[in-house]
Formats: sequence, structure tokens, C-alpha cells
Amino acid sequence: MAALYFDHMNIDPANPKWEKRDRLILSKGHVCPIQYAALGILGYFEEEHLHTLRKEGSILQGHPDMKKCPGIEISTGSLGQGLSVGVGMALAAKHDGTGSRVYVIVGDGELDEGQIWEALMTAGKYKLDNLIVILDNNGLQVDGTQEEIMPHGDITAKMQAFGFDVVDIDGHNMEEIVEALDQFDARKDGRVKFLHAHTVKGKGVSFMENVVIWHGQAPNDAQYTQAMAELEAAK
Amino acid sequence: MTMKKATRDGFGEVVAQLGLENDKIYLIDADIGKSCKTDAFKAQCADRHINVGIAEQNAAGVAAGLATCDKIPFVVTYAAFGSMRMCEQIRQMICYPNLNVKIACSHGGVTPANDGATHQCIEDYGIMCTLPNMTVVMPADYYAAKALVKASAEKYGPVYLRFTRDAVPCIYNEETEFVIGKAIELANGEDVAIIANGDTVCIALEAAKMLEQQGIHATVLDMHTVKPLDVDAVKTCIERCGKIITVEDHNIINGLGYAVSAVVAQEGKGIVRILGIQDQFGMSAPYERLLAMNGITKENIVETAMELCK
Repeated sequence: MAALYFDHMNIDPANPKWEKRDRLILSKGHVCPIQYAALGILGYFEEEHLHTLRKEGSILQGHPDMKKCPGIEISTGSLGQGLSVGVGMALAAKHDGTGSRVYVIVGDGELDEGQIWEALMTAGKYKLDNLIVILDNNGLQVDGTQEEIMPHGDITAKMQAFGFDVVDIDGHNMEEIVEALDQFDARKDGRVKFLHAHTVKGKGVSFMENVVIWHGQAPNDAQYTQAMAELEAAK
Repeated sequence: MTMKKATRDGFGEVVAQLGLENDKIYLIDADIGKSCKTDAFKAQCADRHINVGIAEQNAAGVAAGLATCDKIPFVVTYAAFGSMRMCEQIRQMICYPNLNVKIACSHGGVTPANDGATHQCIEDYGIMCTLPNMTVVMPADYYAAKALVKASAEKYGPVYLRFTRDAVPCIYNEETEFVIGKAIELANGEDVAIIANGDTVCIALEAAKMLEQQGIHATVLDMHTVKPLDVDAVKTCIERCGKIITVEDHNIINGLGYAVSAVVAQEGKGIVRILGIQDQFGMSAPYERLLAMNGITKENIVETAMELCK
């Protein structure tokens, strides 16, 4: 998300509805605090709003609301739906010749949803090479590991079978992320772009890494202090 | 002799015309476009015609994406799938962000008679009415369909349009004016009010004629917009007649009858009899038989009115 918001996307925080902007859809809407932080730093809204997360009257809802928060392209939260919306946006961008790129971040758990596969087929049919699907594959779902809950098999091979332009990367390596995004831009060949980012949930915090409960739990003060110390040390 | 035409034909003609006039209009099919009469749009506006295959949930999401880019997409399928398979997508991606998407469904009610219960749809507008920001419209004839499709395209926000399969008698003409949310008064008798919508409006009109012969003068309302309901028109019926019969090809639960009853209850006067599908699934059978099994006949309307006017 940092690579997209701070480096790659053509956006104008002062004009969030600019017609030619690139669009980012966070289909896994539950991780919106990261997106809110990026939008706040970029100036889509005053950074003080960040302290109102999930509070009554806040523009920062528990899951992103496009009507309340500037910079949110579509309200998400119900998993499996963002990619279809991205297909619609990419179709519109093609028709209007805006040159906009549409980035959709999906979680691996979301691939359980049938609608994702409907959307993938539609993206392929309409040769949406302005659509970049980014899979955050951390291997964990709410109830357990992906292997336990719903194994997906070889996702890279499956996406290649759809005819997509698939690149596998270490999702924590910024150079790899940026390079892959640049490469995608260079290939306007009618193929949907698929960035398969292999990630570790809770990366960089020893007690959080690959532990399922941190999907939806906030750290207490002591845990927060320890986590921040570990992240600072790794800088 | 009265001309008969299906409301889905009216939709197909006018959506194609709108497509030619306005390049913001998109149409998303889910592999039943022929039956839903989208051929003309497909031929004339090919680049804005999208067929996602048998994937209604995706169709709703694609429409939402287009709408965020200032397009006006019509998602076209059968009522059973448009209101239920797509229901959560409509809620999350269309109604919650209040996007300008039109859900245009043919085969509402028990009109897909021979197809049986799976394709008949008696729950749709009850479900759609409970979604905030949604407008729900069911035209009564071919001309109403044309005018109301046009009106829905001009109105910002989500609209659920319900068409039917069979040719029904035309009761309006090209000049009739329709406003979303405003019922049309087709008769103004003072003894009993019959409030109907869709294919049952012409049944209500026939019943009113039969009642006239019995000396009972009926008001007949075409309540083409189920949400927002024309509350003033219902109040007029309460004041004028006091006795109201609602008629619909929809489950009696959460349909037009319930909406009208809510107004009557809040006014604290008047009485309502609800005619509709009796909270039961249909079956493969002729359309008229299915209606008769549920008491949706001119004879039953007459009988109900006679009982109320005793």
C-alpha cells in the first residue's frame, strides 16, 4: 500500500475525484487502518481524524465508507466483492481513455468466495490490462490456516491458466514490489496483471508473526510498546 | 380490441433508445439477455453492452464500479436472481454507497409460470424495499414500463425495476405521464379502493367494472412505485372509501398490502384486505391458474369488495 500511495499511483489528494486518477480498492476492507494512515499522511483529510477510528461520527468507519472518507473509491468490508467493482472501473477507464489504472488488493481468504472467480473471468474476457490484482497471501484466515480452512492449491499456476500476467514476489520486499508494478506498466498486452505477494501476517513483530488471533485483535499497551520497539529496531 | 404487450418489451425498447441518446448508459447481462429483451441495446450500443455470463453477483459489482465512474448501468436478469442471488452485493456495493445502478428484472411474480417455483419470484420487492436508498418500481403495462424506465434513468440512485414475462393489456398510452412515487388513479369511486400494481392492475380494473354492475363504485390505484410509497394516495383512499383491497403478484408478506396496511394502521382508520401470493411457493402451471390458486382473480376481488361493503 505504501508503494502504491506514496510512489506509484497518479493521484491528487487535493482533488480526490480527479477523473484520470488511478484507483485503489481495498477489497479486504478490514485492514483499512493502514489505508486510513496513508490517506491521512497524504492529506486526504486532517491527520487528527486518525484518532477517531471506529468512533461514533467518525469518517473512519470500521470498514471503509466511500461516502464518509475522501480517497476511498468504494465501500468494502464484505469480502469477495471488491474485484468485481475493480472490473467495472477498469472497463470505464478503457472506454473513457483516461489511462487510469485500477489496483485491487485482495486477501487470500477472499479467494474462498465464488464471486472472485466470476470477476477474474470477466477481467480476462475484456482484456483488462489496466487492472492489477494484488493478492496478499499470508496463508491465514480467521478460523485457522488457509490449508485447514480452504486450500487454494497453486494460485500462481491457476492465474497463469486464466491467461494473466503473473508475478510472484516477497510482499515485504519494497524493491520487488516497486519493480513488479513498474514492469506491469511496461506490458500493455491485453493481459490482466496479477501480483502474487507472499506475506507473513504480523511481519516484524515476534509475538504476532503467523499467529491467527492477531487478525482482529488490538495489542494492549505493553504489547504495543514491544511491537513498536521491534519495528523501530528493524528499520 | 386492447393491444397486449409485455412490460419486458417496453424495457428492451426504451433502454436501447436511452443507450443511443446517452453514452453513460451501460447494460450488464447475465446470459438471459434475449429473454430480458436486451438484443436491441446489444446491437446498437455494443461497446457498452457487457455480458458477464451466469454470474449475477459479479454483475452487481461491475455495475457498482461503472457507477463510480459516472456511468448509469442497468443490470439485467430475472427477478429471482436479481433480488436474491445479488441481494448482498446490491446492499453492500450499490445501496450502502448510494450508487446510480438500476437493477432491471424480468419474470417477476409467478409469470414464469411453466418454469416452476425456482424461477418464479414472489419475494423480490419485499426484500428490495428493506434496503435503504433503494427505489422499487413495477410498471403495469408496456407504456408504463417505457416511461418508468426512462424516469428511473433520470433519477439518481439505485432503482429496482420489476417486469413480467407475459403480454398484458395496455391501459396507458405514449402520452401518459408517470412520476416515480406517484400512484395513478384509474377510477375514483367512493365505496371501495382497489390498490394494485403490475399485471394485477388490469385484473383490478376488470373487477371494478363488475362491481359497477352491482352498484359498487370503486377507486382503482396503480401503485407502480412500491417504495417510496405514495402515502398521500393511500390516505385519499382511506378518506374517500375507508375500505381498501390490495392486489399483487407477490407474497402477501412484505408486499404492497403490508405497505398500504402500515399507512392505514398509522392513520388509525380504514380497513385493508390483502390479496396476493399466500406465503407459498408456486409450481409449474398456467399463469392464470397460479393466480387463481392464490385468490388473485377479478371474481375474488369482487367477492372481497362485496363482503367489505355489506
